[in-house]
This record gives sequence, C-alpha cells and structure tokens, in this order.
Amino acid sequence: MLRYIGKRLLMLIPVLLGISLVVIILIDITPGDPARMMLGTQATEEQVEQLREDLGLNDPIYVRYGRFLWNTINGDFGTSLMTKRPVADEMLLRLPYTLLLVSLSLVMSVIIGIPIGIYAATHQHTWRDSGVMFLSMICVSVPSFVFALLLIRLFGVKLQWLPLSGVESWRGWILPCVAMGLGLTALIARQMRSDLLEIIRQDYITTARAKGLSEGKVIYRHSLKNAAIPVIMVIGGVFGSSLGGSLIAEQIYSIPGMGDYIMKGLSNRDYPVIQSGILVISSMFALVILLVDVIFALVDPRIRSQYVSKKRGRMSKIAKETEEIQAV
Amino acid sequence: MEENLLEIRDLAVEYHTDDDVIYAVNNIDLTVKKGETLGLVGETGAGKTTIAKSILRILPPLQAKLMSGEIIFDGQDVLKLSEKEMRKIRGNRIAMIFQDPMTALNPIETVGYQIAEAIKQHNKIHRSEADKRACDMLEMVGIPMDRFDEYPHQFSGGMKQRVVIAMALACNPGLLLADEPTTALDVTIQAQVLDMMRSLRTRLDTSVILITHDLGVVADFCDSVAVTYAGEIVERGTARHVFKSPGHPYTLGLFGSLPRLNSTERRLSPIKGLMPDPTDLPKGCRFCDRCPEASEQCREAPPAGVETEPGHIVKCHLAKGAG
Ligand SMILES: Nc1ncnc2c1ncn2[C@@H]1O[C@H](COP(=O)(O)OP(=O)(O)OP(=O)(O)O)[C@@H](O)[C@H]1O
Ligand SMILES: [Mg+2]
Repeated sequence: MLRYIGKRLLMLIPVLLGISLVVIILIDITPGDPARMMLGTQATEEQVEQLREDLGLNDPIYVRYGRFLWNTINGDFGTSLMTKRPVADEMLLRLPYTLLLVSLSLVMSVIIGIPIGIYAATHQHTWRDSGVMFLSMICVSVPSFVFALLLIRLFGVKLQWLPLSGVESWRGWILPCVAMGLGLTALIARQMRSDLLEIIRQDYITTARAKGLSEGKVIYRHSLKNAAIPVIMVIGGVFGSSLGGSLIAEQIYSIPGMGDYIMKGLSNRDYPVIQSGILVISSMFALVILLVDVIFALVDPRIRSQYVSKKRGRMSKIAKETEEIQAV
Repeated sequence: MEENLLEIRDLAVEYHTDDDVIYAVNNIDLTVKKGETLGLVGETGAGKTTIAKSILRILPPLQAKLMSGEIIFDGQDVLKLSEKEMRKIRGNRIAMIFQDPMTALNPIETVGYQIAEAIKQHNKIHRSEADKRACDMLEMVGIPMDRFDEYPHQFSGGMKQRVVIAMALACNPGLLLADEPTTALDVTIQAQVLDMMRSLRTRLDTSVILITHDLGVVADFCDSVAVTYAGEIVERGTARHVFKSPGHPYTLGLFGSLPRLNSTERRLSPIKGLMPDPTDLPKGCRFCDRCPEASEQCREAPPAGVETEPGHIVKCHLAKGAG
C-alpha cells in the first residue's frame, strides 16, 4: 500500500509540471503588461522597459519557466508585484480560509446528502422520493452564486439574522457554506440514491436477504459499502470543483481566502501570485484525488489486490521448496 | 416420509414491468415430504427460480406480485408471516443455493465473513464461535480453511459455488432450495457436491427442492419430479413413475432430448419451437403449439390435472386417469 502511495506521489510530479507550464503560457498570451500596471500610466516608456528587464519579463518563455520551477523547488514562491509581500507568507495566511470554507461545505453536504440519498432510494416510487429528487434537481441546476445572492437577500437583508459578509464571527461562515453546499448536497444525494438503487438489485443482496438478515443489515452492511465506492469518487471530484467555486463565494462574502488572492492577482497581472496560487490549488486537488484512490483501495478488495503485492501463497512456497529439493 | 413439510397451493406470481405483465408462475400446486428430494425441471424461463424465491419471499419487491396461493411450511403459511417471523426462517429453516455463483457473493466482504454471518444471525453464539463453524463449513465443501479471509474475486467459479453451498448449509436447514447447484461445476466436482447434499439429507433428514436441467441428476438423486412449462407444473409424481411412464408430451419431449448412451441415435432431438411468450400465454394448453398431438380441444381449453397413477398428476387432455 505504501509503495502504491509513493508511486502515485511520484506520478504527481509530471502532472504539476504540466499545470505550471499551462499557467505560464496562459499568462504569457493574456494581454496586459505587469510592469505598466505596477508603475501606472504616468511612467515613461523607459521606466517600464527598465522594470521589465529587472523582473526578467523580457526573457524567453522557457527561461521564465525554468526560473519559476527552480525557485518553486527551492521553496521560493516569489514576491507579489503589487504588495511586495512574499507570496508564500500571504498564501499561508489565506489558505486556511479557503480550506475551511471548502471542507465545511463539503462536510455539510456529505452529512446531509448521504442520508437523503439513502432515504430516497429506500422510498423509491413514493412521493417522498419524487419530492426529494425534484428539490435536488433544482439545487443541482442553480449555480451557487445565485444561491449566495438569494441567501444574502433573505437572511442578511430581509431577516437580518446573519451578517451580509465577512467571517469575523462564526455566524459569518453559515451563509457561504450553505450557498456552496446546497448544490454539492444535492449532487451527493442523487449519486447516493442511484448507486444504492443499482446495488440493491444485485444478486448478492438477495443472498443477504435469504440469510435472514434484517433490512437494516442488508442496507448498511451489504449495500452501502458497495454503493459508497462511486460516491467517494464524486466527492473527490466535487472537492476539486468547490476549490473553484470558493473563488466566487469568497468574492461575494469577502472572505480573505486563496480565491480572493488569485482573483486580485489576475486583475493586477500579478503573475507570481497567479502562478504559485494555481500551483498550490492544483496540488491540493491532485492530493485529494490520490486520497480518493487510496480510500477506494481500502474499501474494495478487488482494487486493493491490483496494488498490494499479494503475500506469497503457501502453495507456491511449497511448490518452490519441492523444486529446490528436486534440484538437489 | 409421511407428513408434508412443504405444500404449495395455487401459487401465482407475476412480474410487472413498465409496459408488460409477465405471467411467471401460474397456479401451481406442489408438495414436498419430509426428507424427500423433489427435482424441479424445465426449460429456461419456465419459472423455476421464481417458485423457489416465492417460498423464501425474496422476490424483487417492486416488480414481483404474488397474485394468489398458499405456501404451507411445517404447518404455517409463510405468506402470512410477518417479516420478522420470516427472517427467522430464511437461512435457518429454509435455505437457498443460488443459481449464479459469480454474482451471489458480496464482492467486498470475505467469504468467511459471509458464511459466519448466516450462522451468527440464527444462533446466539459469539463471533469467534461463528467463525469457527464457518471454517468447518468451508472444509466440508472442500475449501481449505485458511482461505477464510479471502475475497470472492480470489476464488474460481466452482469454488464460489461451494461457498454459496456452505452458506446455505451453515444452519442445517430443514428445506434446501438448490437452484442449479451444479451447473457451474465440472463433472467430478458435480458428483462431490451431490454427495455432499446426499449426506446432509441422510444426516439431517433435510428435504430438498433441486432445480436442474440435468435429467440424469434427477434420475439418481430425486425421489419425485415436477416438470415446469411456461409457469405451470405439467407433470409431477415419483421419479419412478415419471421416468417409467411419462404422461405429458412435453415430458416425453424432454426425455427425447436426453442423449442416451445405449441408443444408436447420438444426436439430441430437442423439442421444436419455443416456449410461449410469458406476457401473452395461449388460452388453451400452453404446450399446444409445440405438441405433436395437439387437437382442437387443446387450443380451446386448458387441461386439468389428471391422476394417472397414485400421486402422478399430468396436465394434459390426452392423459387417462387411473382405473
Ligand atoms: N425481476 C424480474 N423482472 C421481470 N421478469 C422477470 C424477473 N425475474 C424473472 N422474470 C421472468 O419470469 C420468468 C421466469 O423466470 P425464472 O427466473 O423463474 O425462470 P427459470 O425457470 O429459473 O429459468 P432458468 O432455468 O433460466 O434459471 C421469465 O420469463 C423471466 O423473464
Ligand atoms: Mg432460474
């Protein structure tokens, strides 16, 4: 298992190399001159040119790419052009906000979505199931920023129960988490329902019933674990998309997280911020996908057996010994 | 061998799909005595598995509809029992060996766990004791017990079939529903499995309903035979009676499709035609379209059961009652 994880971690390296290359190219082809942005419209052409030279912006793209890689490997994420603060320090301050937002909304959607999915599946063909599925359809289809705005209107402006924005107190976290979590909850509930319905039709569930197990045991012991496998996959993917989704939520609710940082970096052409920010977010996504695969292997022995070097069966050992004896 | 352990009366089961009703089992009667082995034979789709699942009440709840009937097991109508009482019977007093061993086991639980689970469910014993008994069951079906902790995908088809058998026999059931237990096995293993079931029968006086396509197995393993066709039982009686004087043209046809070693004709002569569509059964005799001796009467009215010999019932207009 450890060897498998190590192998997967090694495989991350080319992925991250690829991502950083794409980011560099994208920054290169987007219009807008960072040096000009820094100095403002008053500055002369010479001053701008001088700054470009100082920043190394005039170097060919492969040189810049190489420099970026080298610095990153040495733990230097650069300095923000705008604030002149080290990007690494700033990210360390901001990352917790984003991680908290994403994990809170994800935990919420898992805790609520999975029971809802089970409930719907075990009440198939009743109005309860149809009702739940109808609601979830709406939650999946409406973009999360629409929810964010609606929630602000309702709870912030009309009822004035919760703050409009800012996360100085824990109450400020409620709206952004709910706004981000609604769609995820619905997505997870739908996935759970369809997987469970698929599993319940399997022969081994009939076998479990034929043993005299209670319906609870049939569902929890035999169906849920099997149905969980695709759900975990969806949760992993959802984590990635909510890293993106937090970008918008952070803007709407003024949360000083990574999304906010990258957005500011983008509008200022603050390329060290963009490069390192995206690299960090992508690495986190890649790590989550790895985590999902590890959980997969833990849950499903069929997958596990592909990775774990099987302990040599006794039979083959005996066979080998007899061979050796014969050789002597 | 006197009292009836199982008595099925007038059982009818339909499957409702989105736009069709499949008449899978149509008003069948069947009895199994204590210690008796009944062979249930018939073509694919005749409704054999459906009959077995009805007895355990494990038909797919959404599609299957039980239209009528009584299933008296040991004096009680299982169809009238509560779900809780039924659970005490399932796996304990009536157990089933499922047809397809490839899909009958949960892929993510160890085989040992799956056997021990059934034992633990019906006996008030400690987990380790249940595990120990499950190991014994594995050994009994010829699987070394150090494979207890392995998963179904590490087993061959035949070994899975044995695990399924071990699971069914784990609680010493009074009635065993064996749905083609030997189809997935090669001939030598087949014989071993049948021997195993035979010893269980003599040891515990277990009654068996053996579903099979193999008339050879029926001939040397079963006390009585029931021939199913399109959801009906067209002929039933003791194995001796049915083999010696088959009364239904379908049974005759089945016997005709048996390769006989001593006959000069080596080719199978399967019955011509197909079983009628179970969503649209003919109103007369179900077999009339394939029957070489069908008459106008056969097309018009369904035949009633005729007792040609004591306990030998044939559902055919041409059958003649005894005496
Ligand atoms: N879950 C289901 N939904 C709809 N129809 C079904 C279902 N299960 C079985 N049937 C139909 O009921 C009929 C009887 O099926 P059954 O499985 O009892 O046949 P069988 O005699 O066991 O056949 P085989 O020898 O192939 O196992 C068939 O026409 C089949 O298509
Ligand atoms: Mg069948």
